[in-house]
Amino acid sequence: MQPFFEQQRSPSEDKRWKIVEATARRHGREPHALIETLHTVQESFGYLDETALGYVAGLLRVPLSRVYGVATFYHFFTLKPKGKHTCVVCTGTACYIKGAPALLAAVGKRYGIQPGETTGDNRLSLVTARCLGSCGLAPAAVLDSAVLGKVTPATLVEQIERGVKHDA
Amino acid sequence: MKTPVRVKTLTIDGQEVGAREDQTILEVARENGIEIPTLCWLAGLSPVGACRLCLVEVRGVARLLPACVTRVEEGMEVTAHSERLAAYRRSILELLFAERNHVCSVCVSNGHCDLQAIAMKLDMTHVHFPYQYPRLPVDASHERFVIDHNRCILCTRCVRVCDEIEGAHTWDVIARGVECRVITDLNQPWGSSESCTGCGKCVQVCPTGALSEKGRSVAEMSKRRQFLPYLTLMREGRR
Amino acid sequence: MTLEELRKIAAAEQQTQQKYGHRVHVCIAAGCLSSHSDLVKEALRKEVLESGMQSDVLVKGVGCMGLCSAGPLVAVEPEGTLFAGVKAEDAAEIVAGLDSGAPAATSCPTDVPFFERQQKIVLENSGKIDPERIEDYIAADGYAALVHALAEMSPAEVIQQVLRSGLRGRGGAGYPTGLKWTTVAKAGEERKFVICNADEGDPGAFMDRAVLESDPHRVLEGMALAAYAVGAQQGYIYVRAEYPLAVKHLKTAIRQAEHMGLLGNSICSTRFSFHVDIRLGAGAFVCGEETALLASIEGRRGSPRPRPPYPAEDGLWGCPTLINNVETFANVPPIVRKGGEWFAGIGTEKSKGTKVFALAGRVANTGLIEVPMGITLREIIFQIGGGIPEGKRFKAVQTGGPSGGCIPEQYLDSPVDYESLAKIGSIMGSGGMIVMDETSCMVDVARYFMEFCKSESCGKCVPCRTGTAQLHDLLAKITEGTATPAELALVEELCDLVKHTSLCGLGQTAPNPVLSTLRYFREEYEAHIAKKECRAGVCQMHASGEVMP
Repeated sequence: MQPFFEQQRSPSEDKRWKIVEATARRHGREPHALIETLHTVQESFGYLDETALGYVAGLLRVPLSRVYGVATFYHFFTLKPKGKHTCVVCTGTACYIKGAPALLAAVGKRYGIQPGETTGDNRLSLVTARCLGSCGLAPAAVLDSAVLGKVTPATLVEQIERGVKHDA
Repeated sequence: MKTPVRVKTLTIDGQEVGAREDQTILEVARENGIEIPTLCWLAGLSPVGACRLCLVEVRGVARLLPACVTRVEEGMEVTAHSERLAAYRRSILELLFAERNHVCSVCVSNGHCDLQAIAMKLDMTHVHFPYQYPRLPVDASHERFVIDHNRCILCTRCVRVCDEIEGAHTWDVIARGVECRVITDLNQPWGSSESCTGCGKCVQVCPTGALSEKGRSVAEMSKRRQFLPYLTLMREGRR
Repeated sequence: MTLEELRKIAAAEQQTQQKYGHRVHVCIAAGCLSSHSDLVKEALRKEVLESGMQSDVLVKGVGCMGLCSAGPLVAVEPEGTLFAGVKAEDAAEIVAGLDSGAPAATSCPTDVPFFERQQKIVLENSGKIDPERIEDYIAADGYAALVHALAEMSPAEVIQQVLRSGLRGRGGAGYPTGLKWTTVAKAGEERKFVICNADEGDPGAFMDRAVLESDPHRVLEGMALAAYAVGAQQGYIYVRAEYPLAVKHLKTAIRQAEHMGLLGNSICSTRFSFHVDIRLGAGAFVCGEETALLASIEGRRGSPRPRPPYPAEDGLWGCPTLINNVETFANVPPIVRKGGEWFAGIGTEKSKGTKVFALAGRVANTGLIEVPMGITLREIIFQIGGGIPEGKRFKAVQTGGPSGGCIPEQYLDSPVDYESLAKIGSIMGSGGMIVMDETSCMVDVARYFMEFCKSESCGKCVPCRTGTAQLHDLLAKITEGTATPAELALVEELCDLVKHTSLCGLGQTAPNPVLSTLRYFREEYEAHIAKKECRAGVCQMHASGEVMP
């Protein structure tokens, strides 16, 4: 690994680094652009790995430990790659009292994963969200990009099965 | 020409004291021999108001205020010692003892520990909150120093001295809430840190046995902190 | 841009719209969108084209109409008819009935308390205008307040109107908005900032999202008026990354406003310049706290710092900074347009105007509502909300989210205002209102909120970091039936400690859900401990739970 202060050149030829650089440049490569730049990395690569964190640190001249501290403070950022499919279960108050724990239990039981985990075959990640703001449709879940309202444990597992099987 | 510094008068625990307007309650109290306990505060580092041990009552203010960051005001009536404050301070200390694994009898800093000293001073005889017993790692990868997370109280003195005085910013805090931990660089072994200069300031300012020098046995790790006011003073002189 | 030019744009837009005999509004805000209202809109468009009615019928996407539980919603103007639960295949029937007014299978009555008991200021355009067209906002008197203020009013006069209106911060604490503006205006610095707090983190609240999705220009206009009043040149909207549609609509709105000279340099050819940028939050409830929000915009961990100094004096990069939330800014344009007195005529003596609530939980009509201050909780839940479904019994209503409390039946006739809600152990909060019936266990609810606070605590100060974790563990033991009466006493002691010694609002209010449920539902706690009984049947009691002697 090259020293971080020399990491101002892109870690690879990957075109996505250009998008990251563009975000940093738009904010004058100032340290305050850290969160915006991390958003761009996550949007482009799906997660934040050490290479990306080190590169962003050099790009914005922010200490490494601060970059790591920020990346782990905000729950929107993830340092591990997600599975091919992602099921987000809302655990906001409205969804909680309308049965979100049962949804989590059902998905967990079927695929053997806890919230925040990914299946061994990398097919499905299960995550929770603090509130999707779809309280009117409680309990709600998001499968990949589709919002599912008023779901039951059975319908949710069924939807996931369909999605996962689709690309098998 | 310098702008004249205005003087304020106030009372702390009924004692009339005078202060410059840019002073904090804590500074004025200590100047006048009134002891207010602190853990995260350290002369020469920026105050953060995080440990909450220095909370005081100010007449006319509903909330308790941290003495370390609250500026004096004319006519302020401060209570730094009351039964209520003593109970809160003991509880906060107990929460710290219960949070990680502070076993004084086997600690390198036994007898030289700020946390231990304050607990004795405030008559904290036992911990009545459930112990959390987290399993935390010890990192001895640095050639001269060791960090034992079991004894860290997250005061962030190490983070601040490294950033503000040494200028390296090797340390920072990751995650949040009870998951918080101090780390070096990208959460890597201390020994592999590229930014660490090995100056050891973090070790010296650490209030507990979390940061220590290698080769120290139980109760052998006393800390030298005289460099901090010295460095601060010298740097001010150069400005 | 002059007032005359603005009026011309408004008149032209109104004329274009009135050419159509029927204007079909399809809700495309996040709630209805999640039940595929975009497909409904396309189907309606296609149906109109196929029936050759395109010169008489306009199909447009609009923001939230409020009755989210019955989505997707379609409304027809000027008739004022409403269709609920519309699917793409219902398009033909709706279009066919436009001229005759014949009801369809999806027709939904509008002469019900849900609509009639509401009073809309903040949401006056929601569900009526196309959020992605600035002309539609201008046609509804949009930007008239800003253009008028810049031409005719001094900054001090704008603040005067806000002071006179009696508007208080809608983010939860209820600090008088005019006073905050005065402090920032008086700060002597050159550089000042205006920040819109759209980091709606309260689990169970979606008011700000709906406003941003449905009427983004209203928030921008409110911010511009504030910037003019306090002398700021730069604004930021700190919005949750979890709200992609709101971000999209905001970006469009900023671009449009800049293009028309209503934001940017020399607004309306005056010396007033104001730029607005968006900053994305990244999932941290604590960033709703002012100083944590500032740290986050500066690209750091969202840890709060002690106040004073307040952001009004020492805010973003040390400059005086005005921070208000979405709903507060959204109230400003009508206040400046119609005068502070008009606004002060609505609501109660100390709480003026209206409040938007996200009504959810065990209630028939869930969705977004706006009601005058002073309305009772009973009216909201049983008239507007339509009561508790499935013949269940009301148990409590939770306001203020993790900082608020649970209000029992005996206080249902309390008026909704800042002081009354505080008196009964809750807070106004940002507007989350969750109704609970007999199937909810109050100990479990308290544990749920404490789990939230524990995982959202930034970890900086000791009482909040370790106190919330201790409280959560103790509450979990109670819900498992393994706690002792001594541990309940410990819960009460910790609540007092965390409340009075924490650094910021998150910790200081974290015990509220526990304290309010202890105050009104203590017997539930005692039943869990003494009899290992959860009457609501929510908690799984450990059969082998050992009670310490």
